Amino acid sequence: MAVVDAGRISARGAAMRRRAPLLPALILLFIVTQIPFLFTIIFSFQSWNLLRPGSTRWVWFQNYASVFTDGTALQALLNEVLMTVLAVLVSLVLGTLFAVLLDRKFPGRSVVRTLLISPFLIMPTVAALLWKTTMLDPVYGILNYLLRQVGAGPVDFVSSFPMTSVIVVLVWQWTPFMMLICLAGLQSQSHEVLEAASMDGAGPLRTFFSVTLPHLRSYLELGGLLGAIYLVNTFDLIYMMTQGGPGTATTNLPYYIYQRAFQGFDIGQASALGVVTVIGTIIVASVALRSLFSVFKTAEARA
Amino acid sequence: MSEIAVRRKGKLGTSIWAIGAWIIGILFFFPVLWMVLTSFKTEADAYSTTPHLVFKPVFEQYASVFSSGIGPYLVNSLLATVVSTALVLVLAVPAAYALSIYAVRKVQNALFFFISTKMLPIVAAIIPIYLAARSISGLDNIWTLVVLYTGMNLPIAVWMMRSFFLEVPSEMLEAARMDGAKLGQEIRHVLLPVVAPGIAATALICVIFTWNEFFFALNLTTIRASTMPVFLVSFITSEGAYWARLAAAATLASIPVLLAGWFAQKQLVRGLSMGAVK
Repeated sequence: MAVVDAGRISARGAAMRRRAPLLPALILLFIVTQIPFLFTIIFSFQSWNLLRPGSTRWVWFQNYASVFTDGTALQALLNEVLMTVLAVLVSLVLGTLFAVLLDRKFPGRSVVRTLLISPFLIMPTVAALLWKTTMLDPVYGILNYLLRQVGAGPVDFVSSFPMTSVIVVLVWQWTPFMMLICLAGLQSQSHEVLEAASMDGAGPLRTFFSVTLPHLRSYLELGGLLGAIYLVNTFDLIYMMTQGGPGTATTNLPYYIYQRAFQGFDIGQASALGVVTVIGTIIVASVALRSLFSVFKTAEARA
Repeated sequence: MSEIAVRRKGKLGTSIWAIGAWIIGILFFFPVLWMVLTSFKTEADAYSTTPHLVFKPVFEQYASVFSSGIGPYLVNSLLATVVSTALVLVLAVPAAYALSIYAVRKVQNALFFFISTKMLPIVAAIIPIYLAARSISGLDNIWTLVVLYTGMNLPIAVWMMRSFFLEVPSEMLEAARMDGAKLGQEIRHVLLPVVAPGIAATALICVIFTWNEFFFALNLTTIRASTMPVFLVSFITSEGAYWARLAAAATLASIPVLLAGWFAQKQLVRGLSMGAVK
């Protein structure tokens, strides 16, 4: 009996030791992300404005009700989805094309790769400034200079096509990211399979669609998921480029929450918006995550 | 088709391929190039309806950026980036080790937790974080940013590091253990050589995201602890949006990460694929 107990205790000790290296990371993440979110949920059930101290009270679902009747909030939700989905999809397509371009040897390939990854390394606030001023400005911007050469314009891109302008900059920044992930996928492709395909008389296009693309699938999913996780938080670009405008044309959820919290000081409302954002993200991401984890498991089973 | 014809066709194809790739590369890079060029122009040259590729370079914009008090912002950015990246590695490497080599039970659950915290948009945590920081006078304090940036990059770092650990051949580990290697020896001689490039890649990703982070920096700092992205905003407010000077400030803000990324791009390719899908 005592022997069994000792065995059990030492087994438990071993399990604890095994888990020990994990704990610091888990604890920090718990404190920095989970606990704040818990408080966000609590705040979301309260009417609380920092400008009116002492007026805090429980209003339960009232903040949520007003989220779904507030025109700006609904607009922000729509913009959020549009912005994230379009930016992820377009940068995935462009990233795949660029990766294919770089997967073949040609003179100066590494220089071209260096050029192509640069936008990902540029600070988003800088990217926003760059595009808003030197590229898209109605008078001194390069695009309008080009339009003038063909007798068109001027176009005030940021005010007339705010959403497109924002998405263009997002795509410019995230295409390199997708390209890098895709490139890793292309480089892991076995040459025998490709050769076999060409021996069977499949042209390069046919080979790409029936051999390469299926192989890339998991890489594309990973890129899409990671891209979406980061793009959902797009704030810098909006803040620097459009301030959410004109009107609310480019107000997404992070920007609207920022406005509610740090300009309106409405803690309750902003918190409810935050919770809605999380629920939306989880719904979208869990679908993506599930497919990713199935890839994960098969990789593990093989190992 | 004769062999020579095939080879010639291949050569022509490669040239067309190369020209296409170069054009796309230059077009894509153009905004960055233009920023750097603009930073060496006078304001009069910068505001020209006909863009000049060739002009007489001046350095006055950089001089005025340096005299506008960029120093403390640069120091804050460096501090936040270096310290939080180091902290992330200290926390993520053991965690990833436990999740791969050491094989704790319920690996899937732990991994899921790590990545799911990344699903939590920052905006959903900012309000309690702001209020908590305010109540412990952690506002406008660089260490608040360090802790938050560590938490921000930790999930992705654990994920990346785990994939590098999984690449350590299990025979090597077993052989080392059979020979009675201590944990320290095992780490030094078996794990580190394989995992070192992974640590570099992970560090680079953390550096990129930390150096460029804006949301926390904007909302949690005012002057003392502000980082480079906030400098840009305050620069516009105080100095006006003069393009050439702004371009100089923007170039200075971007150059450290740009150079780091250029030098370590091989690791970037390997790191971003994260082995999760190998």
